[in-house]
Amino acid sequence: MNSNSVIPLEMLFYLAGFIAIVASLKVVLGKHAVHSLLYLIVSLLAVAVCFYFMGAPFAAGLEVIVYAGAILVLFVFAIMMFGLGQDEEKHAPNTPGLTIWFGPCALALALLFELIYIINNVEQHNVTAINHISPKQVGSLLYGPYLLAVEIASFLLLAGLVAGYHFAKPDGQEHCNKIAETGDKQ
Amino acid sequence: MISLPLEHIFILASILFMIGFVGVIARKNTLFILMSLEVMLNAVGIAFIGAGSVWQQADGQVMFILILTLAAAEVALGLALLIRLQRRFQSLDIDKLNRLRG
Repeated sequence: MNSNSVIPLEMLFYLAGFIAIVASLKVVLGKHAVHSLLYLIVSLLAVAVCFYFMGAPFAAGLEVIVYAGAILVLFVFAIMMFGLGQDEEKHAPNTPGLTIWFGPCALALALLFELIYIINNVEQHNVTAINHISPKQVGSLLYGPYLLAVEIASFLLLAGLVAGYHFAKPDGQEHCNKIAETGDKQ
Repeated sequence: MISLPLEHIFILASILFMIGFVGVIARKNTLFILMSLEVMLNAVGIAFIGAGSVWQQADGQVMFILILTLAAAEVALGLALLIRLQRRFQSLDIDKLNRLRG
């Protein structure tokens, strides 16, 4: 890090944090569900880059795989199931095409720039100097002192599975509608 | 050697947490509320991993994995409830839930 041309790793961390903040703001302030979802994906990727610079590559990988890969797909699935509701079409932007995904693309390109920069400058930065915490340590801790927490987490996932199946299945839906209609009449 | 001060990590985490909190409070659409909850959980994950990396303990990442599990269960349940809400009221407005009737 002696030469001036090398960007310090701290600045890359702050850039990723800034991208995360901007993307999260766009998530909260967005009008269109799908656009907010795009920004949410960018925010999660930026947080994953932050994790990497904080010395947690395993957590960064988990963030990308589980959050951006699985949970966000659930969101997309739900939105596609609803179709575009009235409130979506009412607020639909007048400028279609490039302008919609320009913002998420710009932020994601900044993250890609950080990634390529790190890969290109491994020697100068001595990236191994980041205080890495290896997945081995995490795993031995998970299945050692935290074993009870892991079991409770598995119960939580089972409860989520059962409740998700129970709430989303179409059985009894007409029954519910009938009750709602009779309730409205009364 | 990279050395991130813990204060800056916590400032980032608290800013993200506040953004998510404002989203949960201010938005009416239930889908946006769920997305804001995701932002909040991410902020907490940043705080845990930052603290774990500053003190060189793996406990922070363990807590992050547990938060990840919680987020997965919460999203599955929340989206199932969302589907039920959409079927029942043909809308995602959370204010329609305040009637508490049948």
